[in-house]
Amino acid sequence: MDPRVIVITSGKGGVGKTTSTANLAVNLAKEGFKVVAVDADIGLRNLDLVMGLENRVVYNFIDVIEGNCRLKQALVRDKRVDNLYLLPAAQTRTKDAVNPKQMKELCNELRKEFDFILMDSPAGIEGGFQNAAAGADEALVVTTPEISAVRDADRIIGMLESMQKSPIRLIINRVRPVLIKEGDMLDVEDVLDVLAVKLIGIVPEDTSVIRSTNSGEPLTFGTDSQAKNAFENISRRIVGIEVPFINMQERQESSLLAGLKRIFRFS
Amino acid sequence: MGFLKRFFSRGNSREKAKKRLQLVLIHDRADISPMMLENLRSDLIDVINKYMEIDVQNIEMDLDRDNGSVALVANIPVVSIKRGNKAD
Repeated sequence: MDPRVIVITSGKGGVGKTTSTANLAVNLAKEGFKVVAVDADIGLRNLDLVMGLENRVVYNFIDVIEGNCRLKQALVRDKRVDNLYLLPAAQTRTKDAVNPKQMKELCNELRKEFDFILMDSPAGIEGGFQNAAAGADEALVVTTPEISAVRDADRIIGMLESMQKSPIRLIINRVRPVLIKEGDMLDVEDVLDVLAVKLIGIVPEDTSVIRSTNSGEPLTFGTDSQAKNAFENISRRIVGIEVPFINMQERQESSLLAGLKRIFRFS
Repeated sequence: MGFLKRFFSRGNSREKAKKRLQLVLIHDRADISPMMLENLRSDLIDVINKYMEIDVQNIEMDLDRDNGSVALVANIPVVSIKRGNKAD
């Protein structure tokens, strides 16, 4: 299989790029692929923390680019699963420390070693994003069903298209079925309607994600949860396995019943 | 009746969200700024004014989405048609 470089991006901050990168990287490694997760958010390093590898970071990828260390020295191996590595970001530098050309070269180096290179992009559409996307073949765009996140996702999708990334696929994160049911949240169809892009996964809002981040334990090592299943499904779809999407739109409950429920709840 | 209607239609902010999102994306994608739309509006008024008297205060004009395509929809109330002398 040809190595694949995938940038995980969103436009808006806080929608789950790092969580997605961490969990997809672990899942792909568990499937037997050799995976590196690259934290491309220079100055705001977080992927190490979410993956639970923060105490093992010595060098970062700026050190590699500037020749302060060899690539192998900067890679942090995850001991919990074979074939999983983290390439951390520099915490005390800014996004101007690298340029897209250097990022492309770094990706090409990584292609020699890995099956999957997952680039965790910073939020925004400026230099940091440009760097993260420079060396990538394809993209995963993360959004939540909120209008501000969807709008930013649309901007990012436009930019990824003009950079000729393909395929560009969408993860809808933090979906709350109850809100959808009550008509107070955009459902999956709505989001797909306005964003002209293919869906790769739906992740329900799930407290297990908070627990997983708190402890630095990727979801897949924890107990069964909706989010864990969702990320496992996305990983399978990435490698080309067809997995049906969970059905989230049960919002057609009769408004009379919903109204009655409200009476008893609120009055 | 109004009370009941409001009561049962609670929790439909989704519809509102989708409409607002669709509209804002039309602008984002077309890269049309509100200023450009304002200029277009005043140019249109000038042109139409040559032929008819219109109610400038109540003009509605916006980009609208219909079946995946974008349309410029204008609702321009006509007060009277200017007869005889067309231009100038």
